[in-house]
Amino acid sequence: MLIKQLSIFLENKKGRFTEVARILGEAGVNMSAFTVAESSDFGILRLIVSDPDCAARALRERLYAVSVTDVVCLYCPNQPGALAAAMEIISNAGIFVEYMYAFSQGDSAHVIIRPDDVARCVEVLRENRLTLLAASDLYKL
Amino acid sequence: MMIWNTTMECMTRDEMRKLQDIRLKRTVEHVYHNCEPYRRRMQEAGVTPGDINGTDDIVKLPFTSKKDLRDFYPFDLLSVPMSEIVRLQASSGTTGKPIVVGYTRKDLAIWGEVGARCFTAYGLGKQDVVQVSYGYGLFTGGLGAHCAVETIGGTVLPMSSGNTEKQIMLMHDFGSVGLACTPSYALFLADAMHDSGIPRSEFRLRVGAFGAEPWTEAMRSELQNKLGIKAYDLYGLTEIIGPGVGHECELQNGTHLCEDHFLPEILDPVTGQPLEPGQTGELVFSTITKEGMPLLRFRTRDLTSLNYEACECGRTSVRMSRILGRCDDMLIIRGVNVFPSQVEAVVCEIPELEPHYFIEVDRINNLDTFEVKVEVKEAYYSDEISRMMNLRKHITHRLQSVLGISPDVKLVEPRSIERSQGKAKRVNDKRKFS
Repeated sequence: MLIKQLSIFLENKKGRFTEVARILGEAGVNMSAFTVAESSDFGILRLIVSDPDCAARALRERLYAVSVTDVVCLYCPNQPGALAAAMEIISNAGIFVEYMYAFSQGDSAHVIIRPDDVARCVEVLRENRLTLLAASDLYKL
Repeated sequence: MMIWNTTMECMTRDEMRKLQDIRLKRTVEHVYHNCEPYRRRMQEAGVTPGDINGTDDIVKLPFTSKKDLRDFYPFDLLSVPMSEIVRLQASSGTTGKPIVVGYTRKDLAIWGEVGARCFTAYGLGKQDVVQVSYGYGLFTGGLGAHCAVETIGGTVLPMSSGNTEKQIMLMHDFGSVGLACTPSYALFLADAMHDSGIPRSEFRLRVGAFGAEPWTEAMRSELQNKLGIKAYDLYGLTEIIGPGVGHECELQNGTHLCEDHFLPEILDPVTGQPLEPGQTGELVFSTITKEGMPLLRFRTRDLTSLNYEACECGRTSVRMSRILGRCDDMLIIRGVNVFPSQVEAVVCEIPELEPHYFIEVDRINNLDTFEVKVEVKEAYYSDEISRMMNLRKHITHRLQSVLGISPDVKLVEPRSIERSQGKAKRVNDKRKFS
């Protein structure tokens, strides 16, 4: 139930993201989701892709700093209150969320969560019968 | 431990002093009678060769500066006719006219002799292949190291700098045991060796002779670890002779100076007054054996200190501490003296950082800006902004505590700081002073 997320260190310079996107395209890797965390002079691009190993290899060859982090992807219905219910379970279990990002399509929403304790987070969400996406499902989205 | 010339390298302090007295006196007579600018300078100072009876009298002599070498360009400082000069070398000066040095046949023999002392002290000998990756040409590095290795009877591999892939290939195929180059190029080669995929065990490299730019103790450990060698300082200045003015021994505890040829002094860089042994000041050399272009009291602008205690290696020659920086390299930022070598020392001691940095200084709205770019090692990049920001804060704090001034630290992408193939350019001072 763990998803491999790639994080890429990028300086705040013109054209950096364009180049990353092009490298992934040339490697035949598709992006399912991404988010950029930024500071004043650098950003961290976090990506969920169809083939994390291949993407990491292609980027490292081009001297990008890539780190791979385990995250979880929670499925919830795309309706008011659904996310709140899930988040309550996580915070009640004493799990701290470092960051999260989401995307929705029609009736469904997917939330990528990077908890401080991944294993415990998976356990708690499962105990509460919430749906977690497997890597194989997510990479296909 | 091997010593090339025990007579000269291990004599008592007293004997050395007597030898220097004689040689200084002889050199002063030589330049006074054969070099017009020196004669004029001495006359202006009211000194004649008769006033110089030994090293105690050296303070009576006028200084020679880098500017003098430019002013008397190209050949006015020669003390022999051009017909006696068998070689010209010149500094790698980037602006204006270079600094030219002429060597007689005897001067070249001296260069070989002092160079041989260096490479012998590094534990190299006639059975060893030494790869010389200093630039060949006008720059003294390549030919100086070349001549030193030939003198000890080693096998010279005259690579010059650049063409990195070939450097690695031949280092491997020819079994280079020694590598002579600038420390920054050595770091560049270390990366290239790693990237070549050839296992370290297939290289025979064990000794590095690094010089031509100041480097730090931290950079030494970085080089020793990355290359799996012992890294030694090879000190020299074009004006004095080139590489060979001094060298470290196996103890790596100070750079032995070949003071029977190059007499050192340490002076207060502002007042020009002599300092006590052990105090840090400007290093000044008088060449006391050269014929072609002897220099009296040449101000190197290098800052260091001297230690006259005998070394455990058996040599009695004076040892110079690491060059702290150059009087000229010193940046004055918001009124604080900053040496790039200090930044380098901090960058090298932080395990998360690659040993590369770039300093940019500017003046915006009458305020100095001070930016230090650093590269984080691959393993330490994080997906969390807060961790990267904490690392940045830690680096800023370390630099501030050493420099006494807070830089704007900028984390940059891997390998985005230019690796040098010769002397590293690590500072860009964009301020305009008019």
